[in-house]
Amino acid sequence: MNKSTSKRIVVLGVLAFLMVVSGCKKKETAPPPPPPPKPVTATLSANPTSIEAGQSATLTWSTENATDVALDGNKVDPSGSQTVSPTQTTTYHLTAKGAAGTQEATAQVSVAPKATPTPTPAPTPPPVSDDQLFAQMVKDVFFDYDKADLRPDAQQALAQAAQLIKQKGWRVQIEGNCDERGSTEYNLALGERRADAAKQVLQQNGVGADALKTISYGKEKPQCTDSNEDCWQKNRRDHFSLLH
Amino acid sequence: MAKAKTIAVTKLCFMTLTVLCGFLSAAAQDRIKIELNMGQERPRLAAPEFKAANGDPQTAPLNTVFNETLWNDLDNAGIFDMVAKSFYPSQQPGQPAELQAKAWGDPPPNAGVLTFGNVGVNSGKIDVQGWLYDVKNPGTPQILGKQYKEDATPDMARVIAHRFADEIIARLGSGIAGIAESQIYFVSTRTGNKEIWGMDYGGANQKQVTKLGSIALSPRISPDGSRLAFSGLTRDSWQIMMYSMDLERTVAFPRTAGDNFSPAWASDGTKIAFSSTMHSGLSEIFIADANGAGARRLSTGKGDVSPVFNPKTNGQIAWVSGRTGLPQIYVMDADGSNVQRMTDQGYAVSPAWSPNGLLLAFAWVRNYGPGVLGGSDIYLMDIASRQIIQLTHDGGRNDFPSWSPDGRHFVFQSNRTGNEQIWSVLADGTHLQQLTRQGRNSQPNWSFK
Repeated sequence: MNKSTSKRIVVLGVLAFLMVVSGCKKKETAPPPPPPPKPVTATLSANPTSIEAGQSATLTWSTENATDVALDGNKVDPSGSQTVSPTQTTTYHLTAKGAAGTQEATAQVSVAPKATPTPTPAPTPPPVSDDQLFAQMVKDVFFDYDKADLRPDAQQALAQAAQLIKQKGWRVQIEGNCDERGSTEYNLALGERRADAAKQVLQQNGVGADALKTISYGKEKPQCTDSNEDCWQKNRRDHFSLLH
Repeated sequence: MAKAKTIAVTKLCFMTLTVLCGFLSAAAQDRIKIELNMGQERPRLAAPEFKAANGDPQTAPLNTVFNETLWNDLDNAGIFDMVAKSFYPSQQPGQPAELQAKAWGDPPPNAGVLTFGNVGVNSGKIDVQGWLYDVKNPGTPQILGKQYKEDATPDMARVIAHRFADEIIARLGSGIAGIAESQIYFVSTRTGNKEIWGMDYGGANQKQVTKLGSIALSPRISPDGSRLAFSGLTRDSWQIMMYSMDLERTVAFPRTAGDNFSPAWASDGTKIAFSSTMHSGLSEIFIADANGAGARRLSTGKGDVSPVFNPKTNGQIAWVSGRTGLPQIYVMDADGSNVQRMTDQGYAVSPAWSPNGLLLAFAWVRNYGPGVLGGSDIYLMDIASRQIIQLTHDGGRNDFPSWSPDGRHFVFQSNRTGNEQIWSVLADGTHLQQLTRQGRNSQPNWSFK
């Protein structure tokens, strides 16, 4: 389309618009045309939408401008509700007829078979996930105030944990933590020393350096927030996380 | 009342430190006072309230904000002997023609200098005229005459008062610029996690800076005030992060292996020192260019952290090391040589180097040991003589001192009210003020200017 054509179309459009506007004004006294029939609407919902066999659900519907409303072929009020107890998954149909046409709405109630009582627990325990095994076998180790030396029991526990970590090929994050009493920045440094102490023992017991990552949380992630020695001791720890 | 008493006691202890605390000679105390820029004779300053220049409904409330701010700035400066308002003559001038200088210069006010002026709001603008007069010099009394015009808001009334106060302080304070427009950055928990916040030096205008959503620590504003370095916890490590105050967002800064924290700026803005585990898995002090490039290791300690440059020379760094057990303050040259241990007992952390390079402030649990309930207090050390004075005495844990640009004030964190809040104090121990109250607030850092 070239420029002059488009300009002409714009001019024509403006003219047409002006004619419509002025035309409307002139026809003010003419009788209005009969209104078009109002559209028919229909909604249907189920609550709940899934039940167990033997339970019931409520269907709720509403319509507008309908003269003839039927739920699954049975004539019903234009708006209403009804309780149903299907034995299997069922789709309900609402049909609303009016001067402007017919509208349909559907809702489904899905039915699960009735839960049977669980049998007596199996004698064999369920399989243990790696996360569960890790949590059971690689436990927190604790430190004295302002110390980063591992106590003998912690060294022993870590030596055992090292065997499992090697066997499983796990990657482990060692998280050093401090109690609330020291200074924020120095506690980050102290937490690094605590994490590194555990890393050294695990490495001495054969875990590869690339399977171990350290981080210090200083006093930023306490697991206990009271101000007493019990709580402080709980926070002076290395925590271990299995990296996935 | 209680506050006044605390201040009085603190002042008394400072004044009589030699007797009470017994580890500082009077000469050394004077020397430290001079190094704090507080040794001079104080001008006796009268500061009657500025007069309302007109009846605009905004004039009175903005004049109140202006007068409060100006008085606090002058009072907090620590270099004036403020004439008590009860001594003021009943006739108070709003402009030079109304001034009866003799009534101010004679007893009882006996003022040496007088500041006065007027505040008016005209069609949405606040107009301030202020003067500073030497009332003992009737021949040429005017030291300063200033006029300011800004949008008529409480914030701008405060800004004008800060600017006028800084002019007065610069004229009467041995040429050391005022601090009324300086900022303090700090860590606050008030959003639910630790983020960096900023505020005016007197505690007004507290605003959130970072929105990291994890943990942000150790804010350090750059010397020109354009960038804020801090340490932030990412998904897997601590990294030095950089926030642009101009762009109002975090900008790129290189990440390095391991954990990286406690950044510090050289006072010329060209270097950053920080603590990193990148080399050995233990934290050591590194120095890098201001954009993070060219990081090199300076210290080889076990648990080295909290570096700070000597801002006078940038040739030395003080830091904290746990290499002998409990943390102590050390100083080395900025190339890592000439390591000196500065403290010899207790638990000493958070060094802060005075702007003139002569003093170290630090937090110290001086009497530390099993079963000893030593509080952490703020101390000052004269580096040349290694003599020490104690700045806080009020118990609780006091930590992270940071110097004001004029070297006459400190800001620090204290849990003396039960939880951590930011406090400021004049370096002689007077004018103790609590600046934060909402959430827990820590690690204050005073801007360079």
